[in-house]
Amino acid sequence: MKIIYDRDACQGHNRCYQLAPELFDVDEEGYAVLLVTGEVPAELEEKAKLCADNCPEFAIEVEG
Amino acid sequence: MTDTVPETKRQPVEDWATDFDHTHPDYAANAPEIWDDLRERCPVAHTERFGGAWLPTKAADVRAIAEDTDRFSSRGIIINDFRPELDIAPRGYAPPITSDPPFHQEARRLLLPPFSPKKIAEWEPMARACCQELLDEVEAELTAGGDVVDAATAYAQDIPVRVIAAMLGLPAEDGDKFRMFIHRILETPGQHEDIDPGETLVAYLSEKIRERRETGADGDDLISYLLTVEDPDGNHLSDEHVFGTIALLLIAGIDTTWSAIGASLWHLAQHPEDRRRWVEDPDVRLFAIEEFLRFYAPVTMARLAAEDTEVGGCPVKKEDWLLLSFPSYNRDPEAFEQADEFVIDRARNRHSAFGLGIHRCLGSNLARLELTVAIEEWMERFPDFELADPGTVRWSTGQVRGPRCLPVRVLGQEVSA
Ligand code: HEM
Ligand code: SF4
Repeated sequence: MKIIYDRDACQGHNRCYQLAPELFDVDEEGYAVLLVTGEVPAELEEKAKLCADNCPEFAIEVEG
Repeated sequence: MTDTVPETKRQPVEDWATDFDHTHPDYAANAPEIWDDLRERCPVAHTERFGGAWLPTKAADVRAIAEDTDRFSSRGIIINDFRPELDIAPRGYAPPITSDPPFHQEARRLLLPPFSPKKIAEWEPMARACCQELLDEVEAELTAGGDVVDAATAYAQDIPVRVIAAMLGLPAEDGDKFRMFIHRILETPGQHEDIDPGETLVAYLSEKIRERRETGADGDDLISYLLTVEDPDGNHLSDEHVFGTIALLLIAGIDTTWSAIGASLWHLAQHPEDRRRWVEDPDVRLFAIEEFLRFYAPVTMARLAAEDTEVGGCPVKKEDWLLLSFPSYNRDPEAFEQADEFVIDRARNRHSAFGLGIHRCLGSNLARLELTVAIEEWMERFPDFELADPGTVRWSTGQVRGPRCLPVRVLGQEVSA
């Protein structure tokens, strides 16, 4: 599984960082920073899906 | 809901589809039922009141308006009988909330760092101490007599006031004043003709800003920050900009968060199963907070149409108002499974309580912190409580919706001196 994060769509709702700090950090303006750019470790796949399902701006997708 | 509906000067509403009035007490008491009804039979309601306004109730229409800042301007965000002058665009009265692109982006960017998640987390101990102090007072009151307390006025309303006062560097004792200004502006706009000009938000803040300039703006509070911050070209902000932003921070954070805390307690008072789940399962709390925000989203914003256009097939004229009902969005069955049910552990919750697009609530991290801490501390102290009398609960009118009178009976407390 891979995470596709669209920085232009992100408005800094901070849902992803709250749900999965293992996968997302935030910068000093509050926008998300994707930490895992390659394959998502198997134990974090559920969390990755959770982030995609809760982002109000549809800025996160998971693939595979 | 069986809550009380107070007297009002507003004309009665015959049909919410053609004559809606969100400042009417009937709307305050029954808004979710009104949205559900409209979504089914007339998803974009209209009214001739306020000089012409629309109320789209479907998630897709709300999102489309929020994302289209060309057709829908933020020059006016609180529906009133009057429209703000055209020449105040693109900054508007209270940047960044009343600003349109491209001005909006700069006005917003300078505020993002102090409201970012990591900076806001530093305020947690202060917020928690404030909740505990208020709960000590509530407990003392209960010990002194009775088992009923107004959770809206004795608890929820003071939390955001104290925190934002500290952030801005204003005295917490002025809380009652802040709430009076806000009540006039947000809950009963245009319904005050006889205000003493010395007792307005403008007079109050102008004085505070003048004081700060005189004593030197060298504190680490937000007023000092705004007086000293420079734009990318090295200029200080204009006086109007500083004033508007401070007014905004004061107004935007108090009624809203108070409403969210109050509505969450109103829910818990009536749902013993959710109270039990909150206490027994700390992991559910993160999800419960987002579900409170979805189900009881307190904030509806407005826009002004910048051109003749259409929304959901309805003809919108230039300068018509549009209500941007994030609360109705959050209850649309096309956007949420079991939209009309409160599901405390809802895992898929793409709610829009903090808005959508470029105006996403700047204070969302602070609001979420305050709401979480307020409910945690209350539940720690009073895990069991119920509505003392559902007939006395009163919801606010206007664009910020929450319980303003919320008497609850604390249960099973061995009241000890
Ligand atoms: C539960 C509490 C809150 C809710 C539900 C809420 C909701 C909202 C919403 C829906 C917007 C979008 C406005 C629009 O699209 O026109 C907004 C904007 C804003 N909010 Fe909040 N808010 C809350 C608390 C706060 C707090 C605590 C603060 C800070 C002190 C704050 C400051 C702001 C500001 C400055 C904006 C304007 C952002 C911009 O235009 O770029 N809010 N809020
Ligand atoms: S949840 Fe979405 S909008 Fe919010 S910070 Fe994460 S990616 Fe950005």
